[in-house]
Amino acid sequence: MATEALRAENPDSIEALSREAEALKARLVEEKAKLNDVDSCVIGQRLESIQNFNIKPRRTLKGHQGKVLCMDWSSDKRHIVSSSQDGKMLIWDAFTTNKEHAITMPTTWVMACAYGPSGSVVACGGLDNKCTLYPLSMDEDPVTKKKAVATHTSYLSCCSFTSSDHQILTGSGDSTCALWDVESSQLIQSFHGHAGDVMSIDLSPTETGNTFVSGGCDKMAMVWDMRTGDCVQVFDGHESDINSVKFYPSGDAFATGSDDATCRLFDLRADREVNCYKKDSIIFGCNAVDFSISGRILFGGYNDYTINVWDALKGTRMTILYCHDNRVSCLGIAPDGTSLCTGSWDYTLRVWA
Amino acid sequence: MAQRHSGNRRLDSLQGSVAGPVGNGQHTHEDNPNHLVYKKMESIIERMQDESTGVPVRTVKSFMSKVPSVFTGQDLVSWMMRNLDVEDQVEALHLAHLMSSHGYFFPIDDHVLTVKNDNTYYRFQTPCFWPSRCGEPENTDYAVYLCKRTMQNKQRLELADYEAENLARLQKMFSRKWEFIFMQAEAQAKVDKKRDKLERKVLDSQERAFWDVHRPVPGCVNTTEVDIKKACRMNRHSKMSRPNYAVPGGRISPSVSEADLHTAGDSIRHEINVLRRKLEKRRVKISKVVECYIAYYQQYAEFDAFITSPDTSNPWISDSTEFWEQEKTMNPREIPQRRVKRWAFSIEELLCDPAGQDQFSKFLDKEFSGENLKFWLACQELKGLALREVNKKVHEIFSEFLAPGAHNPVNVDCQIMELVRRRMENNPNRFVFDEAQDHIFKLMKSDSYSRYLRSDQYKEFLCGTRKKTSGYLMWKKLQQARHIPH
Repeated sequence: MATEALRAENPDSIEALSREAEALKARLVEEKAKLNDVDSCVIGQRLESIQNFNIKPRRTLKGHQGKVLCMDWSSDKRHIVSSSQDGKMLIWDAFTTNKEHAITMPTTWVMACAYGPSGSVVACGGLDNKCTLYPLSMDEDPVTKKKAVATHTSYLSCCSFTSSDHQILTGSGDSTCALWDVESSQLIQSFHGHAGDVMSIDLSPTETGNTFVSGGCDKMAMVWDMRTGDCVQVFDGHESDINSVKFYPSGDAFATGSDDATCRLFDLRADREVNCYKKDSIIFGCNAVDFSISGRILFGGYNDYTINVWDALKGTRMTILYCHDNRVSCLGIAPDGTSLCTGSWDYTLRVWA
Repeated sequence: MAQRHSGNRRLDSLQGSVAGPVGNGQHTHEDNPNHLVYKKMESIIERMQDESTGVPVRTVKSFMSKVPSVFTGQDLVSWMMRNLDVEDQVEALHLAHLMSSHGYFFPIDDHVLTVKNDNTYYRFQTPCFWPSRCGEPENTDYAVYLCKRTMQNKQRLELADYEAENLARLQKMFSRKWEFIFMQAEAQAKVDKKRDKLERKVLDSQERAFWDVHRPVPGCVNTTEVDIKKACRMNRHSKMSRPNYAVPGGRISPSVSEADLHTAGDSIRHEINVLRRKLEKRRVKISKVVECYIAYYQQYAEFDAFITSPDTSNPWISDSTEFWEQEKTMNPREIPQRRVKRWAFSIEELLCDPAGQDQFSKFLDKEFSGENLKFWLACQELKGLALREVNKKVHEIFSEFLAPGAHNPVNVDCQIMELVRRRMENNPNRFVFDEAQDHIFKLMKSDSYSRYLRSDQYKEFLCGTRKKTSGYLMWKKLQQARHIPH
């Protein structure tokens, strides 16, 4: 009410304020330009090209009856959870390719799934707008012990446990992210700021990092403080939906994959985009990205059924991996970096090494 | 060219029936999640169709008849190699296959939409059949189309097995209005009959290709399917327009509730604050951050299985789990040297290896500063604790490490101590010790950790570990590499 009155008294103030905002924006652009002292790829050129890069599909995980939509590695480096459009979540021993659990969801389109750090619980959700946890045990059907933890007002697009099984971070089509207490299903913190569906989240790999990054259909990537719920950094540049975000292994930067057919590298310290991975011949959107553990190689899973392998420091494409017969919807590097798992709309997952 | 234009008239009328009921006027085609990629493919198609620089389109004579407006797979692939930034023929063929499976061009007598690099003939699709111009067609249209094909007594129009099955299924489904479908098919067939022979050939194939995209041969990918997440948004768009806050990129800070942003003045003032804060932030130059990436890479390259194959073979390649067993073991004699080497990279690396943590804790005990690590670990545990247990743990940590007369007092400065004490009185949360934890971490990092790396304990442990690499020399080299970039 007070501001209404203020506006009536001083009609110029908004104009003046906008002028000030514009001036500040211009200064910010200027400041950022000053720091853009060199093209990142130029420095990367002094590195030798990676020789003998030889990666092949080593395992094929068949069993889903629908499009594979999401996958996550267990901390034991050999188990994988995957979810699919047929409403099933499968737990694989990827090393032997055995299925250890099959969990049927009440809804089809299980768009997100995650392994708990202990390896004894998995979480998933999708069009049911919920995130449900299933403790894994050999004696009992996990379904009998399921527990709905999070509820959003739109579909669940991604979820990830934090450092323990007791907390889970979720992202949703309702354009928010939220941190939940597993035991009490209580909302610990919500994160508002995206102006479009949140598509992907990734927790900072640093030990003390209380931050995570999110990417969404508003073409923005945001870095959040989990303690306060504040958005601490915003990164723009993409020309279409951001489908995937993933921290650089040191935690100082993150990569994004987008429907605009590019992957980008944004640096937290430089507070800007430092690299863009694209080629004219790549026209389909990128659904998932992940780094090799040295951060040198960036894998991107695309809608054109391929995985493009980028030299993240040189900014060039190293190779294309063909194998899937439909869109590559998700991918992830094993926690020890020994392999890459890709999931596709062709109903299969593959492990590459 | 002429054929293409005259053809459009018929296709327009067909479009009316195909695209008319589609979308029900709910959303425009721009909302389609595949729209962006359609546009990109179409701009390539336009270049391909350029009269002088495009793919050469010919009318080929064969025996008694003519094959109008076709090009060979070979010509197409070689055009792509010359004009698009593709790496090799494999990539060109892959892109050609994708564009074909979206129906932009198609083999003239095959339902399977793909491209071979040979003399097979292909034809461009007419733009009004492009997936960007028509939504998902209805089953009734498909029924009319199949029904029509059965009326046209021509060998090339004969139904394939799967089409015949589809027709039978549709006939069952639409049994009540089959008469209507039949009449429509008859009318269309009549119109078709009046057409010029060559024109008909082209149009028939284009219509067939349209259905090959939307009702693909079993086993082929239906490229018109959309990502369900994106489809959810598409539906939402048509139902409501989303609130558009004055701040570009949406609301920057979540601490502001929607009500606060109701007036333009407030939102601008808020934006100004955000911008000011951004301006104050210290930023690092690109050159500097890239140097950091390179240093990080050089340090970790030998641990990156995609760059250097590990000493013990990769389990996924060798089918042996030895590598994982070595990574897990806590038996000092079994710990491979590569693990111990990593402890020297950073204190974070040391602490995330349970064996490293164990060693460091032993070292700290000898230095009489073991409480630092215990405090830090307790704070880490607190962060991941269930909500119910937080309060209890907070008090436990406080009384063990920080309270006056604590068991294991940690040494934090009085400012931080004061901050913690104030927070303790006021319903403390799990982040109550953040500053203290940070302080202790820095202390361990700058002090104890560097002493640990120089200690005989670490060196002996390193040398006593299983080494399959060149051992200490390698470690020395690594140490040097580590120091150069800094």
